[in-house]
Amino acid sequence: MANDKEKSKSEGEPTESKVDTSRPREPSFYEAQKGWKSWAFTLDHKRLGVMYLLSTMIFFFIAGMSAILFRTELLTPQGDFLPWLNQQLAGMMGQPISIEEAAAQSGTTYNKLFTVHGAVMVFLVIIPSVPGALGNFLLPLMLGAKDVAFPRLNLASFWIYSLGAIFFLYTLFMGGLDTGWTFYTPYSTNTGTAVISATAGAFILGFSSILTGINFMVTIHKMRAPGMTWYRMPLFVWAIYATAVIQVLATPVLAITLLLLMVERTLGIGIFDPAMGGDPVLFQHFFWFYSHPAVYIMILPGFGIESELIAVHSRKHIFGYKAIALSSVAIAIISFVVWGHHMFVSGQSELAGIVFSFLTFAVAVPTAIKVFSWVATLYKGSIAFNTPMLYGLMFLFTFTIGGLTGVFLGTLSVDVHLHDTYFVVAHFHYVMMGGTIIAFIGGIHHWWPKMFGKMYHEGSAKIGALLVFVGFNTTFFNQFVMGGQGMPRRYYTYVPQFQEQHVLSTIGAYILAVGLLWTATYLLYSLRKSNDAPVADNPWGGASLEWQTQSPPIEHNFHDTPRVTTGPYNFPQIDRTGEVDGH
Amino acid sequence: MILSMFMGPPTEAAQEVAKNTETVATVEPPWETLHSWAPLPEASTFAPGTETLYMFIVWLSTFFFVVVMGAMFWFMYRHRRRGDDDKTSSITHNGKIEFLWSAIPAVLLLVVFVWGELDFIKQSVLPPDAIDIRITGRQWSWTVEYPDYPGVSFTSSTETPEVVMMVPKGRPVRLTMTSTDVIHSFFVPVFRVKRDVVPGRYTNLWFEATQVGEYNMYCTEYCGEQHSKMTGVVKVLEPELFEAALLEAGKLERGDGEEDKVYGARIYKRRGCDACHSTDGLAKTGPTWKGLWGRTETMKDGSTVTIDGAAGENYISESILDPNAKIVSGFGGAQMPSFRGQLSDEQIKALIAYMKTL
Amino acid sequence: MSSHDAKAMRPGAIDPPMPLAHHFDTPGQQAGSAKFGMWVFLATEILMFSGLFLAYFVVRMLYPEMVLSSHELLDKTMGGVNTVVLLTSSFTMAMAVRAAQLGDQKGVVRNIILTILFAFVFMGVKYVEYTGKFAHGIFPGKYFDYVAAGEYAREHGHVLAGKPHIFFGLYFVMTGLHGVHVLAGIGVLTWVLLRARKGEFGPRYYAPVENVGLYWHIVDLVWIFLFPLLYLVR
Repeated sequence: MANDKEKSKSEGEPTESKVDTSRPREPSFYEAQKGWKSWAFTLDHKRLGVMYLLSTMIFFFIAGMSAILFRTELLTPQGDFLPWLNQQLAGMMGQPISIEEAAAQSGTTYNKLFTVHGAVMVFLVIIPSVPGALGNFLLPLMLGAKDVAFPRLNLASFWIYSLGAIFFLYTLFMGGLDTGWTFYTPYSTNTGTAVISATAGAFILGFSSILTGINFMVTIHKMRAPGMTWYRMPLFVWAIYATAVIQVLATPVLAITLLLLMVERTLGIGIFDPAMGGDPVLFQHFFWFYSHPAVYIMILPGFGIESELIAVHSRKHIFGYKAIALSSVAIAIISFVVWGHHMFVSGQSELAGIVFSFLTFAVAVPTAIKVFSWVATLYKGSIAFNTPMLYGLMFLFTFTIGGLTGVFLGTLSVDVHLHDTYFVVAHFHYVMMGGTIIAFIGGIHHWWPKMFGKMYHEGSAKIGALLVFVGFNTTFFNQFVMGGQGMPRRYYTYVPQFQEQHVLSTIGAYILAVGLLWTATYLLYSLRKSNDAPVADNPWGGASLEWQTQSPPIEHNFHDTPRVTTGPYNFPQIDRTGEVDGH
Repeated sequence: MILSMFMGPPTEAAQEVAKNTETVATVEPPWETLHSWAPLPEASTFAPGTETLYMFIVWLSTFFFVVVMGAMFWFMYRHRRRGDDDKTSSITHNGKIEFLWSAIPAVLLLVVFVWGELDFIKQSVLPPDAIDIRITGRQWSWTVEYPDYPGVSFTSSTETPEVVMMVPKGRPVRLTMTSTDVIHSFFVPVFRVKRDVVPGRYTNLWFEATQVGEYNMYCTEYCGEQHSKMTGVVKVLEPELFEAALLEAGKLERGDGEEDKVYGARIYKRRGCDACHSTDGLAKTGPTWKGLWGRTETMKDGSTVTIDGAAGENYISESILDPNAKIVSGFGGAQMPSFRGQLSDEQIKALIAYMKTL
Repeated sequence: MSSHDAKAMRPGAIDPPMPLAHHFDTPGQQAGSAKFGMWVFLATEILMFSGLFLAYFVVRMLYPEMVLSSHELLDKTMGGVNTVVLLTSSFTMAMAVRAAQLGDQKGVVRNIILTILFAFVFMGVKYVEYTGKFAHGIFPGKYFDYVAAGEYAREHGHVLAGKPHIFFGLYFVMTGLHGVHVLAGIGVLTWVLLRARKGEFGPRYYAPVENVGLYWHIVDLVWIFLFPLLYLVR
């Protein structure tokens, strides 16, 4: 039980450094099998998690670099960096062109860059990142299961993801895509770039997402260890569950939308293309019916990580467990009826706009509950300022800004002004990057010793966290101001008025890039062979099941099937005598 | 005089207006010359409402942000880990607090929703006695026409910021908009209005300007290569000056004794030809006009056309009125819209005369 | 329905045990997982088709005359025959599941073979329908031949109104996607058939037969909606 408190130890001897020696260490899942086949055909959810982590990070790098390229271009109001770049590239290919010719191509180059950034970030990084990497690795561990319900399906999901990724890479090498990640018709049915291969890639990735969702849903329903009731599941599992429900219910609609788009482009069936008798706004309804819930596919897992980080590193029972758990489900449900708020100025009826605005505000309430509950969890805790917690606190800062600025965009008359400006860009970066990615990086640091059995250098990690925080806010905060001033998004050139803010943004982007590369470097460096200091099975003092097995875990996760008798946040430090609470 | 004003960048244009039009006493500088951190002018009847609500949400958000962050930083300081045997509180939930922090934001959000909704409805109800303006978006120019003033029309240019719309101060203006190709969106930040311009359907928008001046308008729905150049200048005039200025600037008529080629050069800029056809030999979305006259082009279907003599004039005329009849090989990614009914035979002749000079 | 009651089994019936994967604790957990997963998967299938139905209703709302006049060119007889064929195949599929539950080895094999045969009949009829359409210039979307199709319509006493290329575009996409599902069904049915011939299924283990059956019923169900929407507009 939770009250079996450990006897307090003398100061200077933290639990962190304790290595469980009561049982001889068994080979970890890395050592259990060797060779490339043991990875390519693995049915082990932990190996798949590691593979997802690696592949999403590769695409994170590609998408991030394209952002750096177009942010560099935006240093000046007129186009000059990309023309220069195009000229250099053409020269390197042995087909020199004049700077004027290069300039004539560069508008499209810019459009391709932001499309690559958006499409890769959404479909290949953020959607699969947390569920694919951390979800796969942790879900069975947290539930006390040996694996997910369908390990073969899980492997299939990964390879389907890879196939979709190959389609995206093919698109890149075939000259890129310039539709924006939203594929709006009729631009996407008319443009000369590789729309078919990109939509086919997104279609395939959708299948991967659906299969992962089904797998996780069934795992959570059927694979919980004895005693693991729904309300004893870690909140990360609840978040993954809500995510899986959305993945399963929304992604099929994306699949059919992309299929119709492909058919429209190849056969001209006249559903979306007005030139053939179709309705371009219908595409937006279809697309956002998926893509708004998809926003919650992206952020809910971040919420899940945040709950773990805040509770474990303040060693306090999460505040309002049920409210956080059920608000995830509430968000999942409401997310299906708010898609029209992307279309307030698209020409949909005023009544539709009003209804969607109202429902959008409804989704703000469960989100607010979560933020308040996380802050309340800190109250009378024992807050450690290690790297995972720094990211956890950073998340609270940036996500609160992201959430609050959503109120502007849900408000009809204000959204008319802000729609498709940099305000929107800043808002969703504060949610997607400031929310999901920050939480993801925090989660990686939190579970890094569990996943790899190695510890990164804490000082380096703190420098990285500082760079990410400063870089991120410098990049995006002033974009709210710029958007309020009317700077439209997706602009290759802009009026000189905005130059100062763009320069500031670009400097921030450079700092952010340095911070992220720094982070990747010390994390990878920690994996070196010589870094063999033993890592505790439970370095942070977590109370959920993944900390109760060895680091890295053995092939079948646990020596014996765990029996769960209490919730995941009953830390031994919690004072049951009433002394701390003051009664 | 007015023409030279359109050719120059907006800053010069504004100076010239101030210099030459004594009747316009107070001309605001074009707002893009303002410092980027200066507040955005409020130049329509909607702007103050939107701005007030915007600021209300700003302060509301700031309040909540300060409360949440204040609590967070206070707890971070107060409850920082002092040692490994710190005891923590056993609180797990508190129904009263949880109810309060659900209910209070919900009520405030409801206020914001209703407020925004009322303003939105105000913007949606078109006034009956407004000046009608027709807007056509295409890749990548805006064409603005005034049904009440036949022959008046403006087209934006991707090269220079041109005045594309003139409206009087203090009178409602009703826009009826459509697109010939992909979705565009009409946005004037200082008016706080925006509406998508959708092919195959008409969308409406209205506003009433309250401040004389020149303001930027943008396309805010991504529409391709030169999306960021699909911009123009909206000019708000004193009502008594409006009609005369509109007729003078908007009619693309041959000036007194103006030569065909000079007239053609004006049409080239003012009808958006420059968005896709260069005059310096560079292939943009469409073939360049430099050396077009006398050139032999190979068409997509393999046939060739020599652009010379009567056959050349017929070919160019056909390409303007029915652009997809013959497409030069290597082009046709984005389709050119027809200018039938928008350019007179005389204007086409002037364009051909201009091409011959290139 | 899992009948462990020996009396319900015919003489000579077989009852192979369920192969239990390493990560499950009990056969019940494994079978429950498989069934639950299948239901969720079927929900995604329904949602995918519902997107197409939505597109159909929007088109019908935008162009009611066009949909009405175009659908006259579809062959109601062939559509009706296919409906009967699919319904019958659903019945034989249900019989296959029943046979598996009873341990009736031969019954499983026989009924699955019948189901596969019906699926092929369905695809055959579809083939005849498609080629018949193509012969008269009725292709989807921009390949629609207005002259040939108009003539064909006149021969049959109809007038094509509006933009029939949209209706037939949708017709080919909807029935095409359904056809792909039938083909996939033939694939998984064959897989189950091969396993059934090895005598792998019985009262204790029939989850694959049951799940493939569920899938097959959904394919049938989708057709039950497609048929009246496309063939019986009037």
